[in-house]
Amino acid sequence: MNLSIDVSRTDDIHHVKLSGEIDVYTAPKLKETILPLTKEEGVSIKVDLEKINYMDSTGLGVFISGLKSAKENHSELILMNLHERVYRLFDITGLKEVFKIENTVRGGK
Amino acid sequence: MVLEKYKNLLKNYLQSKDETALYRADQFSKQSLQQEISPDEIVQIHIDAMQDLYPDLPEDMRLSLHFLLETMISYGIAHHEFRALREKQLELKYEIEVAANMQNTLLNTVIPDVEELDIGAVSVAAQQMNGDYYHFIQDHRNVGVAVADVIGKGIPAALCMSMIKYALDTYPDNLSSPKTILKLLNRVVERNVEPGMFITMFYGFYNDEDHSFHYASAGHEPGLFYDASSDSFEKMETKGIVLGVEENTSYQQYSKILSVGDMIILFTDGVTECRRGDQFIQTEEILDIIKQYIHMSAQEIVDHVYRYFERLQDFDLRDDFTLIILRRNS
Repeated sequence: MNLSIDVSRTDDIHHVKLSGEIDVYTAPKLKETILPLTKEEGVSIKVDLEKINYMDSTGLGVFISGLKSAKENHSELILMNLHERVYRLFDITGLKEVFKIENTVRGGK
Repeated sequence: MVLEKYKNLLKNYLQSKDETALYRADQFSKQSLQQEISPDEIVQIHIDAMQDLYPDLPEDMRLSLHFLLETMISYGIAHHEFRALREKQLELKYEIEVAANMQNTLLNTVIPDVEELDIGAVSVAAQQMNGDYYHFIQDHRNVGVAVADVIGKGIPAALCMSMIKYALDTYPDNLSSPKTILKLLNRVVERNVEPGMFITMFYGFYNDEDHSFHYASAGHEPGLFYDASSDSFEKMETKGIVLGVEENTSYQQYSKILSVGDMIILFTDGVTECRRGDQFIQTEEILDIIKQYIHMSAQEIVDHVYRYFERLQDFDLRDDFTLIILRRNS
């Protein structure tokens, strides 16, 4: 399974639409896409995870680097439309407290 | 030697124009590779052979061959680099093997031998080096147990583990207080890992006097409590963020009193994230398997459960797998 990433921009918002799986193999690609976006001052990076049906802890690592980098640059990283299974990861690890998460989706594999 | 051989092969081909002679050229290239002859050297051999075979070679032709030789030089260098890289790769592979052995020695932990507890543990790496870690501490008749999972795999994860183990050893006075241990470890990890790396960890301490088990969790997969009197399982829900993300954070501590037969079951996400084809395993299934072997010793239970999961994934682990059971005996 692969990860496809689609990036678009409206004003100060970067929209990152993901689909597929985030694991140890696809995480580097995700990191390469998200980190440069967080280096820009004062922008929002909205990551849409609606089409992510599997993510492991490597994905969490990428989002944490993104979050730290966004904070340093006074930008914000927002995660959207998380499947229950993916949301569970943020829940168990306590990371839902540090991330801005919008809209969780029920179900998912 | 090589020149003579090449010359003969070339002569043979030019005279016979035969497929078999061409095939010999193919074999010659294989032998040349073994003898570390680079592409530009082959061209040089060709030039020498042609000059021997055709002393009256037209000047243009002769010059063009030298021209060809020049264009081959970079390929020659690339060939040498390739060889050097291949040797380097073998060296690295060997070093990783050594590191993996060293990790096993460094992180070696002994299952405590205390009368009151029956303890079983299994931890298997998906790759060469294990990103899961468990550690037992025996303090008279009390037992401390740590289970951790470093995000990421391979060498960086393994190095992180050694840090946890040695940090644990630094706080002998706090071992009976799980929330303090996690708070202290969080600081160590936060200062020492790169952003994006983190560790989930569960730490619990069994007190032999009042049969209590105190525990705290830093974003680790919740463990299970088995209540023998009602023959039922209960999730040990906890709150707390993973180690290494927030500089100042504190952890909540929880406790259970263990009656005879009760069990504490701890694991890493290699267990809960296990997939059968496309489907994730359900927690109920894990419980069913444990129940099936519940009459056995703690070590036999974890071994059987591991074997079940191994079969489930066609003997190809996707993630490191760790499972620990502590049962009060008497």
